[in-house]
Amino acid sequence: MSPTRLVAVARKEIIQILRDVRSLMIVIVMPVAMVLLFGYGVNLDLKGLPVYVLDQEGSQQSQDLLKHFQASGYFHLVRVATGYPEVRRALDDGRAKMGIVIPWNFSQSLRDGGPVPVQALVDASDDNTANVLIGYAQAVVQEYSAELQLNWLGTRGISVQPIPVSVETRTWYNEDLESSAFIIPGVLALVMSVIGAFLTSLTIAREWERGTMEQLISTPVTAMEIMLGKLTPYFVLGILDTIVGAAIAIFWFHVPFRGSFVTLLAASAMFMVVVLSLGYFISVLAKNQFAACQIALIVAFLPAFLLSGFLFPIEQMPVALQWITRIFPARYYVSVLKKIFLKGTPTAMLYADLIPLAVFTVVLALLATRSFHKRLE
Amino acid sequence: MLGRIKQMIVKEFIQVLRDKRTRFLLIGPPIIQMLIFGYAATYEIHHVATAVVDRDHSQESRDLVSRFTSSPYFDVKWQLSDSRQLGDLIDQGNATVGLEIHTGFAQQLRKGETAPLQVIVDATNSNTALIASSYISQIALGFARNYQQDRIYRIAPQLAEVMPSVVLEPRPWYNPDFSSRWFLVPGVIGSLTLVLVIMLTAFAVVREREIGTLEQIMVTPIRPAEFILGKTLPFFLIGLFDVLLIGAVGSLWFQVPFRGSIWVLIAGVVLFLLCMLGVGLLISTVSSTQQQAMVTSFFYIMPAITFSGFGFPISTMPQWMQYITYALPLRYFLVVLRGTYLKGVGMDVLWPQMLAMLCLGLGFLTVAVLRFHKALD
Repeated sequence: MSPTRLVAVARKEIIQILRDVRSLMIVIVMPVAMVLLFGYGVNLDLKGLPVYVLDQEGSQQSQDLLKHFQASGYFHLVRVATGYPEVRRALDDGRAKMGIVIPWNFSQSLRDGGPVPVQALVDASDDNTANVLIGYAQAVVQEYSAELQLNWLGTRGISVQPIPVSVETRTWYNEDLESSAFIIPGVLALVMSVIGAFLTSLTIAREWERGTMEQLISTPVTAMEIMLGKLTPYFVLGILDTIVGAAIAIFWFHVPFRGSFVTLLAASAMFMVVVLSLGYFISVLAKNQFAACQIALIVAFLPAFLLSGFLFPIEQMPVALQWITRIFPARYYVSVLKKIFLKGTPTAMLYADLIPLAVFTVVLALLATRSFHKRLE
Repeated sequence: MLGRIKQMIVKEFIQVLRDKRTRFLLIGPPIIQMLIFGYAATYEIHHVATAVVDRDHSQESRDLVSRFTSSPYFDVKWQLSDSRQLGDLIDQGNATVGLEIHTGFAQQLRKGETAPLQVIVDATNSNTALIASSYISQIALGFARNYQQDRIYRIAPQLAEVMPSVVLEPRPWYNPDFSSRWFLVPGVIGSLTLVLVIMLTAFAVVREREIGTLEQIMVTPIRPAEFILGKTLPFFLIGLFDVLLIGAVGSLWFQVPFRGSIWVLIAGVVLFLLCMLGVGLLISTVSSTQQQAMVTSFFYIMPAITFSGFGFPISTMPQWMQYITYALPLRYFLVVLRGTYLKGVGMDVLWPQMLAMLCLGLGFLTVAVLRFHKALD
């Protein structure tokens, strides 16, 4: 291996990157854009959703219950004048996510005693939103019911708490249940997959497609020099992107950062090598830029998005799929990211993620070096 | 003129379907992505790993714990005696939920006071934490209500019968089992179509430019409009084929119901493809290399999918973001998909979405054709 030739290939690649100013701009803007995108756009804190109210009775009592709904701050209440069809229509076309129906004999039934139902018609096509909405509504109704019972028992000379257990929940690591704190650390893995695998997947395929590979083969440069020369500029870009992304997460979105920055950098460097090797490997195999890009989507981007625990918890997947996630390095990197950012887990305790990540790094790097031969077929 | 368009279409089909690998790329990745999405993406929580510290050892505390043991949402894996162990389990990520019942729990209940249940939730995934907390409250409050009813029954049996209460009766419409799959699969159909058609269109035009065959075509008598029509029609057909293919996987494999009219869906698909071809062409007019086409497409695809309401309701996004979503065809297409699949609604509800897609599609195509003319001069 000759350093001069290595530098020459790297220079050629850098010139190619710099010549295409727009691609470079996008590569630099991408992490910023993606962190902002997910930071603002993904909001699982589902407050203020449109809820239609059908008060069939319109009495003091039913108004009282509605005031509780209003005061909870969870919903954006819209009153309905006409009746069921209007609620149905609103759920059908998505103007309402939930319809609360108070029966026409609400206060009478309460005087008669026993449980009185209040219907919550929920658009469950979005199961998560529906679940959260029902949870909020349950809380409101339960509180109202408890108040009612307390008064009722009070007037009959019995003083007991209607609901004598208080649930005191502490949410660890993400005290305010911020969606951004949960989402953003994983976005870094996504950014690196895009930069690493997508861009590099095109580098070799492009040379084949344009016919410049033959020129490259006729020079004395070795396969190893081509690979290192081509990948080093992207490695630097990727690491820079990680740092920029992390900085936005910490300083703009105030995602807590509780672990070691050095460990974060080390893990990121490993993951960068993983995705670069993967991208290079794909590039050598595909020889066609469209194919390379589609394969990169499947083996690099999708696992980082879906099978890494970035958004959907791995424990909730079918067991077979849980095993499959283990063969994708993104899983370990996302786990490291979340632990370093939110939990502040000490480096020594991260071995369960760092060791597999290191193994993948070595194996994939070796695989990539082996994959490319200077040969015309 | 028709003859020339036909020639163009034949050429394009030959190019796309020529080799086995590209043929596979039109079918394989969409199906693989659909399968991974269908299995991996879920907001549901079942069997959440739970640790319990019961320091009261009373009938009451055991009763409360048994309600968690028998719940399908929680899996009580550890019954501990020390709360420090509880913290460790959560720190290591083994347990997601920790419950702690202090000494004196039963005594407080018997005295008629409010007894606390301490809950610790790992909120690194804020969504899981939110839903788990809601289930925990339901279980604890259910226990409390029953306990108190028994108590009142013992003090004054005649009152317990007539004590009023309000209960919420949730009626989940469209998706009675709260299946995440039912929610996400129709969305995946839309997103995959978007990715495939945009990338195919953008790459196909840019490849001609990159390898220089575009000039050869332009010296033939073909006109730009004919070129565009001949170029995009094959992708339109491929897009239609892929929608049907992944739609079939959704219905047959994942058993997502289809309740609407197939013709309404097809109308929506046609309009959506129109939009996507327009976007793909637009990207191709601003890109001179395939790498540029790829990064530019990606720069469009990521926000287009995230903002469109694919995973999270648009109404929870910041207002300025909601305005952006109006320019995204996928936003409207998702409403059509979920409307026809889950809600079974027809044109009377969906026409605004169709109209919006028609306008956007015509707009994008017009701009693309105009720009294309300019790019050729």
